[in-house]
Amino acid sequence: MNSFHLLISLAWRNLWRNHRRTLVILFAMVLGVWAMIFTAAFMRGMSLQIVDDTIENMTGHIQIHAPSYLDDPVIEHSFSSANPLLSRSLQSTEITAAAYRIRVPAVVASERESIGLVMVGIDPDDEGQLSFIQSSIIEGHYLKDASEPGVIIGRKLAERLETRLGKRIVLMTQNNKNEIADRGFRIVGIFDTDLEAVEIGYVFLTRNLAAKLVGVTDDVSEIAIKVSDLKRLDEVVEGLRQQHPELDIKAWYELQPISKLMVDLYDSFHLVWHLIVFLAMGFGIVNTLLMAVFERTREFGLFQALGLKPGFILGQVWVEALMLLILGLALGNGLAWVSVLATGEGIDVSAFAEGMEMANLSNIIPFVIVGQDLLLANSVVFVLGMLTGLYPAWRAAHLVPADAITRI
Amino acid sequence: MTMVVSCKHVTKTYQQGPVEINALTDINLDIKRQDFICLSGPSGSGKSTLLNMIGGLDEPTSGEITVDGERIDLMNKSQLATMRLNKIGFVFQAYNLIPVLTAQENIEMVMQMQGVARQQRNQLSSEILQEMGLAGMEQRKPSELSGGQQQRVAVARAIVGEPSLVLADEPTANLDSHNAENLLDQMRHMNEEHNMTFVISTHDPMIMERAGRLIKLHDGQIIDMIDQNHR
Repeated sequence: MNSFHLLISLAWRNLWRNHRRTLVILFAMVLGVWAMIFTAAFMRGMSLQIVDDTIENMTGHIQIHAPSYLDDPVIEHSFSSANPLLSRSLQSTEITAAAYRIRVPAVVASERESIGLVMVGIDPDDEGQLSFIQSSIIEGHYLKDASEPGVIIGRKLAERLETRLGKRIVLMTQNNKNEIADRGFRIVGIFDTDLEAVEIGYVFLTRNLAAKLVGVTDDVSEIAIKVSDLKRLDEVVEGLRQQHPELDIKAWYELQPISKLMVDLYDSFHLVWHLIVFLAMGFGIVNTLLMAVFERTREFGLFQALGLKPGFILGQVWVEALMLLILGLALGNGLAWVSVLATGEGIDVSAFAEGMEMANLSNIIPFVIVGQDLLLANSVVFVLGMLTGLYPAWRAAHLVPADAITRI
Repeated sequence: MTMVVSCKHVTKTYQQGPVEINALTDINLDIKRQDFICLSGPSGSGKSTLLNMIGGLDEPTSGEITVDGERIDLMNKSQLATMRLNKIGFVFQAYNLIPVLTAQENIEMVMQMQGVARQQRNQLSSEILQEMGLAGMEQRKPSELSGGQQQRVAVARAIVGEPSLVLADEPTANLDSHNAENLLDQMRHMNEEHNMTFVISTHDPMIMERAGRLIKLHDGQIIDMIDQNHR
């Protein structure tokens, strides 16, 4: 305990012996750690935003379709919702929301323009728990209940059709007999999202109206599902597949592989980014410690002459590195937390809206610190830092005492 | 009287490029307990090399060195460190103290490594500082002490653990005559009162004058040994 106390005391005092140099390297370390965590928080925010946006934009965590629907999304490729076994499966405690939809290609026309899009018949209450529509209404109102006679369209679509709230539009699609079915609807609500493609790509009406238009009763095109624990998503999907082998059941990342690719890309970039930052920082740490060892060569010779073992000298320099790392990590982490707190809800990147939309991202990117990213950044700095400190420490411990004591 | 150091046919050769330099050639030397020995000779005569060999700071090319009955030329680095910690005290010409430690901490450092209890360390360091005329300077850092005071702290550290042997390499080289005499008085006092053995390499005529035995080296060889105890 005596020698340990001496070791700690010597390491701490030597660390502050050349305080200017220590402060410079400490500043570099704090900046490096801050950059690692702050950037990780930004990338994690983007990554989670992609997942959230993908899920909120109609995808949900899981979707159920008839086997051929994804290849050819027409009304013939639908399945019955009046399946007691399926209803029972969807009442599982692991499923928090399930929205039944009739979702088919259609053409919408105003008195001036016509545009191809996707007509989505929804159950207003169930859909409200799962997707963005209810919370994105900026004019008019959301579909009140199953008897609502109107439709909801996006802001951009209204602009393209040169129409507005309260006006009538005509929806035209194929029914289950492969005949053209059309009907006029009044616009009762206009929604607004960050993604233009969503605003011009969908028109929403009640499932009852959609069913009448396409000529079905209980059939649906898809069921979107939200699960209680995203970590158990694969197990839930597998369970549903086993119970309903006749249906095509997919997780969100199978339905939106590009979003999944983006998330994976951000995840793998974390480590690369940490290593790049550490590379710059590591040179600083080695340089500082080597300079400290070089300046104290005679002192290390004296230590050896006094009978201190090489292990003690190695430990002393290594503990200096450890103290430097702990200080740098503590301050860097603190600064990163403060910076993330200062960004509040996130940063507005609407200036790059088109690019963000290509990446399935909305305009506000939140900064999110998660334990896994903190652990990764801190582990990279700590483990590599300790390894980096080993070389100067080893050099100090292996000086020949007679040479070291006479070194000028 | 007990033998503290014994050197038998000790040789040290350095390779400097293609040239071989004989720093020590066939040194035979016995040092008894309570000896006060002065190694003298011109620069490059091998004084410091011989001190380093006896202290285990460097390895002989050939020959045997025994300190307190143990062959140190056969020891590994760790065993040598333990031997130096417990049996040898060093005083160098300069850079003797650890700059980040106070005078008292510098003295206590060796005892701390030896595992001496804190209370006992404090008591011994206070006593030795008092004896060396450094009372009241316990908490001063080396940079706050004069050269003479620093050397006295170094001597205090070297002797506080009561080693079998104290090796001093040009201890008065950086001191004025007053401080040099003062330091020599202290070392002589420790030698006589505490039965400590001193081996000092020096150019200083005053130390040579007051040494018990004067060993003259030239070109790595002992050319003369003068017993001055019975003058």
